[in-house]
Amino acid sequence: MNAPILRLFGLVLVLFAALAGMTSYNSVIKADDYRDNALNKRPLIEQAQVKRGVIRARDGSLLANSIKDEDALYERRYPPGAQRFSHVLGYDYGLTIGRAGLERSRNDALAGEKDEITSIVSDLSGKRRVGDNVITNLDPRAQQVALDALGDRRGSVVAIEPATGKVRVMASSPGYDPGDLRRSGVYTRLSRQDNSPLFNRATQAGYVPGSTMKVVTAAAALDSGDFTPESQVSGKSPIIVSGVPLKNFSDTQFGLITLTTALTNSVNTVWAQVAEKLGRERVAEYMERFGFGSDPPLDYPDAQMNPSGVFDTKRQRLISADAGSVDIGRVAIGQERLRVTPLQMATVVATVANGGVRMKPQFTSRIVDQDGRTAERIEPEEAQRVISAQTAGQLTQMMANVVREGTGTAAALQGIEVAGKTGTAELNIARSINQPWFVGFAPRSQPKVAIAVTLENIVGGQGGVVAAPIAKQVMQELLR
Amino acid sequence: MSARNRELFALIPASLLLTAGFAAVFIQRENLLNDLSLTYGAIFLALCLAAHLVLRMTLPDADPYIFPLVAVLACFGLVMLYRLDEEFAREQAQWFVVGLIFFTATIVVLRRDHRVLERYRYIIAFGGILLLLLPRLGSPVNGAYLSFSMGPISFQPAELAKIAIVIFLASYLRDTRQVLVIGARRVAGITFPPLKHLGPLLAVWGTAMALLFVIQDLGSSLMFFGGFLALVYVATNRISFVLIGLGLFALGARVLYAIRPTIESRVDAWLHPFDPEIYEREIGGSYQMAQSIFSQADGGFFGQGFGQAIIQLGDNPPILPAAHTDFIYAVITDELGLMGAVAVLLVYLLIVERGFKTAMLATDSFSKLLATGLTAVLALQVFVIVGGVTKLIPLTGVTLPFISYGGSSIVANFILLALLMLVSDRARRESAA
Repeated sequence: MNAPILRLFGLVLVLFAALAGMTSYNSVIKADDYRDNALNKRPLIEQAQVKRGVIRARDGSLLANSIKDEDALYERRYPPGAQRFSHVLGYDYGLTIGRAGLERSRNDALAGEKDEITSIVSDLSGKRRVGDNVITNLDPRAQQVALDALGDRRGSVVAIEPATGKVRVMASSPGYDPGDLRRSGVYTRLSRQDNSPLFNRATQAGYVPGSTMKVVTAAAALDSGDFTPESQVSGKSPIIVSGVPLKNFSDTQFGLITLTTALTNSVNTVWAQVAEKLGRERVAEYMERFGFGSDPPLDYPDAQMNPSGVFDTKRQRLISADAGSVDIGRVAIGQERLRVTPLQMATVVATVANGGVRMKPQFTSRIVDQDGRTAERIEPEEAQRVISAQTAGQLTQMMANVVREGTGTAAALQGIEVAGKTGTAELNIARSINQPWFVGFAPRSQPKVAIAVTLENIVGGQGGVVAAPIAKQVMQELLR
Repeated sequence: MSARNRELFALIPASLLLTAGFAAVFIQRENLLNDLSLTYGAIFLALCLAAHLVLRMTLPDADPYIFPLVAVLACFGLVMLYRLDEEFAREQAQWFVVGLIFFTATIVVLRRDHRVLERYRYIIAFGGILLLLLPRLGSPVNGAYLSFSMGPISFQPAELAKIAIVIFLASYLRDTRQVLVIGARRVAGITFPPLKHLGPLLAVWGTAMALLFVIQDLGSSLMFFGGFLALVYVATNRISFVLIGLGLFALGARVLYAIRPTIESRVDAWLHPFDPEIYEREIGGSYQMAQSIFSQADGGFFGQGFGQAIIQLGDNPPILPAAHTDFIYAVITDELGLMGAVAVLLVYLLIVERGFKTAMLATDSFSKLLATGLTAVLALQVFVIVGGVTKLIPLTGVTLPFISYGGSSIVANFILLALLMLVSDRARRESAA
């Protein structure tokens, strides 16, 4: 009987080898997949066992911190003042609704997730893992000014420091209280609400830019060398663009006028002709350089950012402005199927203000460990040179004219020269529902702030009347 | 060196392992080295020494490695249980004492000649089946009738029944193995046992099937039936008998699968543990299965260390249910990693090897078959539960021998161990002579 016993033992060996194989498969081979499984809350629980770093505003005020709950897990808290930054901060409720905003994009730092070697060393030395603190560039007072100015209207204000890309203000109205999301059901209720309070209009909305787009067209015109600020173009109205008549605002007639005058008075027909003369390819190229067509390089979750550009409604995606179906004359004046975010328009004016160099927009200024040492300083980073310094200078002068004597006078500041451009996208001409805009920067000579302001669905509202005064207040606060 | 002296020396590292394990849990928990771990180690060593003395006096020639290997498993179990809940470890330690009493009693009663068991084979078989039917008096747990409660004590009769059935089969097959082989006929290329003697075997198959339907637990049925097939194979050396048996079992399982929703949901949970719909099911869902896998995924090569596995938060329902019983292997993998888990499997494999070795050394057929059967059910039990926890086969609730928390399991496995030692003592003495 010994031979079958031996074979039986052989079978047991095979069975046990299968057990060891399955154990290796679960614990090593497929372990990463299992840890990423959406049903697996263990990595989130591990993170909740770590004291998460705090988030602070530029002035040091607290925007988010963590306290220990009865299950020895840390829970995120947002002090009352943090509500004004709801969209930027996002939230961190890993075990229930997940994470968003800076809480998500800076999670590695906040959760103290170091590289492998560092964590093994600190494991051995018995140090408890703690998260690092995130210090932002955000300015709470200017943010409050922006929110107060928007009031209960829907809209957005973005303000950037042109030379560094530091984001000072990013307001999106309406907002929400991140502390409220801790309660169950609140997230679902807010996400179904008609006015979409969870939606960050500054980075996600697709607004029609209207005449603010003429800044991009003017940059392309001057930088290509085909035009100068003094180039003369006829401003008669209407003209035929892509087979359809195009009128100036209020059908105003202009004779042969310079580009400077055409920007000051926002003459549609002139800019449409300029773009048609430049051609689709060149306009498309400059748009791309300004950042259209791709997600902004902001330290913010991709899921909460949309690129700007010509939106093909049928295919539900962006198409390049040099596509054959695009009416480039109307793209030039911010009509067609253009969809832009306030952040994109703020980036355009910040680039002009910075002598033609586009900087990466950045929320975070530095990451500080629990002992107060700076673990990482986020240096200003150049994204791309978009236009020459000379073009930028000429365009600045043209934009300064807009605020001095054109459509943007309401943005003028006492003793500080402002450059800017208004926009009024007519969404429903019959009911005169508009999307008013103002984009600009100040001071003209050494810009410290570039800004984009827009509001949704304002009946009869014009950029110069509705948006420009908001920009003025926010710039005033930031230049104090 | 004599067998018993070898055993004695082997017990020392087992006790040190326990001491080290407790020390690790203490360090993890309180960040200090408590001399309590030495006390636990000393108590454990004392218990082992007591059992060793019993063996020394009664079975001086029995296999010297089996008992120390079991001590290693027990120590793994105690440390794990202590880390989960001190109360579990304390109760488990008490069960070890009870188990050792049964171990000693079994040896003392059968020390003259364990073959007296053959005389009582029908009583033992009947008693075993009766034991299995007991839980039907109560209510099912997770759809299976596995445990029986008497006052505060609840026990799982399947643990004891597996021994009774092995004793019966070993004895029965010793008588009939020759006729089974000689009378066999080949029909259509398959060798069938003679019908006359097939009767009792079919009765065993019928009983296993009936049990499957009565207790409705695939795991213990698989264990019984696997033990049965192993014995039939070793007794007759006919692989065809095994294949016929397997086919019949598969048929029975298929029928049960079709009529019992609990079995079907177990299979669903096994095939698609990460399907959100199955995961969310209140009853018979794959939550446990998925958590077991997630827990193992946390372990990696070397594990997270004692006390690091996420099992329960505060007073909330546990994240990994039944961590001290069915899923203790998942906790071991989580905290000790692949290395620790494979080490545990290796210890079982060594015990199995010693068990089969004992069977091969034994000189009479009954002893051979008894040792084979006992070893095979032990190996199968490990396979069924570890296979279930690791998603190799559908999950069914049997204990991990000597490691899982549970009185009936400890007691039954100590009796199993005693029988194995009895066979070994006689076999080694006779083969040496």
